[in-house]
Amino acid sequence: MWLLAELTYACPLQCPYCSNPLQLPASRKRELSTEEWLRVMREARKLGAVQLGFSGGEPLVRQDLGELIAAADGMGFYCNLITSAIGLNEARIAEFREAGIRHIQISFQGSDRETNARFGGSDSFEHKLAMTRETIRQGIPLGLNFVLHRHNIHQVSDFLHLAEGLGAEFVELANTQYYAWALHNRDQLLPSAAQLQEAEAATHRFRQRHQGNMRALFVAPDYYEQRPKKCSNGWGTTFITITPEGDVLPCQSARVIAGLEFPNVRQDSLENIWRGSSLFQKFRGTDWMQEPCASCPEKENDLGGCRCQAFLLTGDAHATDPICELSPEHHRVGDAVRAAQAHAEAGEDAVPLLFRNTANARKLAAAEA
Amino acid sequence: MFDHTTAPFRLNPRYRLQYEEAQQCQVLLYPEGLVKLSDTAAEILGRCMEPITCQRLIAELQRDYPAADSLPDDVREFLSDARQQDWIVAAEG
Ligand code: SF4
Ligand code: SF4
Repeated sequence: MWLLAELTYACPLQCPYCSNPLQLPASRKRELSTEEWLRVMREARKLGAVQLGFSGGEPLVRQDLGELIAAADGMGFYCNLITSAIGLNEARIAEFREAGIRHIQISFQGSDRETNARFGGSDSFEHKLAMTRETIRQGIPLGLNFVLHRHNIHQVSDFLHLAEGLGAEFVELANTQYYAWALHNRDQLLPSAAQLQEAEAATHRFRQRHQGNMRALFVAPDYYEQRPKKCSNGWGTTFITITPEGDVLPCQSARVIAGLEFPNVRQDSLENIWRGSSLFQKFRGTDWMQEPCASCPEKENDLGGCRCQAFLLTGDAHATDPICELSPEHHRVGDAVRAAQAHAEAGEDAVPLLFRNTANARKLAAAEA
Repeated sequence: MFDHTTAPFRLNPRYRLQYEEAQQCQVLLYPEGLVKLSDTAAEILGRCMEPITCQRLIAELQRDYPAADSLPDDVREFLSDARQQDWIVAAEG
């Protein structure tokens, strides 16, 4: 079982595909305290969680991160840090290593300085390179994460070479998935089928030429698939996400589903939430399904796909994930691809990207009200 | 790839070996998940926390489990598998 601890939504970057909610809190006042996190981690460990990911926002913003890692390691968690590297330095890497961090994942927004700055909203490329090298020098297993979209997907091959030169052992080429900020910016971000094919081919060529020590994983965007991805390995089976303010989610994006009530660790124990809350039961198993999933032979394999995507694209969280070509709403996916294509042809600045920051979050909230 | 029959090796630092109550067995944890280990596998990997050679490992196990006949072969087979899986890596120096 996996625990994803979103320590804070604060982040010095502004990636327009961020999976944090569009409604970013105005302040950090209501974030869980160190003691509350320690309690939550103990409860998760008791439930059988072994993997712990510290993420955010930018987890390095939390000054107690080293303390949390040390405590979690002591409890028997395998600790992963998921970071943009902003706020990292040699001393902090050493601190985390002492504390027992097992793996660090550093994300890049582009394979060169300019692209990285354009999409992260900060000139951080050289710093990321330096921190990648330092992490490797200190002997901490490291993965690099490159988030792909229409404006950087052509850099896949450059990025793989960069990562190899740096000495990374694992690279994830993760296409943007369209929730939250990314969904808002979908017309500007979704790559074309041709772009996607070329990127996959480039990854394949790289793998063939370099049978070295670096593994590369390519994650395609759902929108070009015929069958959906299984929902977070099964709703309420494997993942627990805790938000900065203590809400408990069965998956990172679950908050996009309107009308759900989220239990909070300040009100109840994690065990009660996991076993008893209506939220965690809601889409467990297959009983909740409607047609065409309910009588489909595939239903145990993909569990009808992603509930968040079903809600976002059809307005009904019980619907078949429209990525599935058997879904009566499958045409919505094609519509989205065509809309993105039309936007690309109209010139990139027709509607600018909306970057993820609190000012834009406030504007969105005002527009909705 | 290093030759584990001659060079010293150790458990890959990416992995964490521990007993898990939920699985009722020893497991290897790594960034993307976990694998359950048989008792034999856990017994061998538990001795690879510090650099060790194949010879030394077999000698230690033979001392602790004198009744196991096919032990040297079993250990060598497991180690070559473990190396394939990246569970063990060359120990530096
Ligand atoms: S995706 Fe970008 S903006 Fe969002 S939390 Fe991660 S680094 Fe920050
Ligand atoms: S109809 Fe439902 S269960 Fe069948 S393949 Fe499509 S999403 Fe999966």
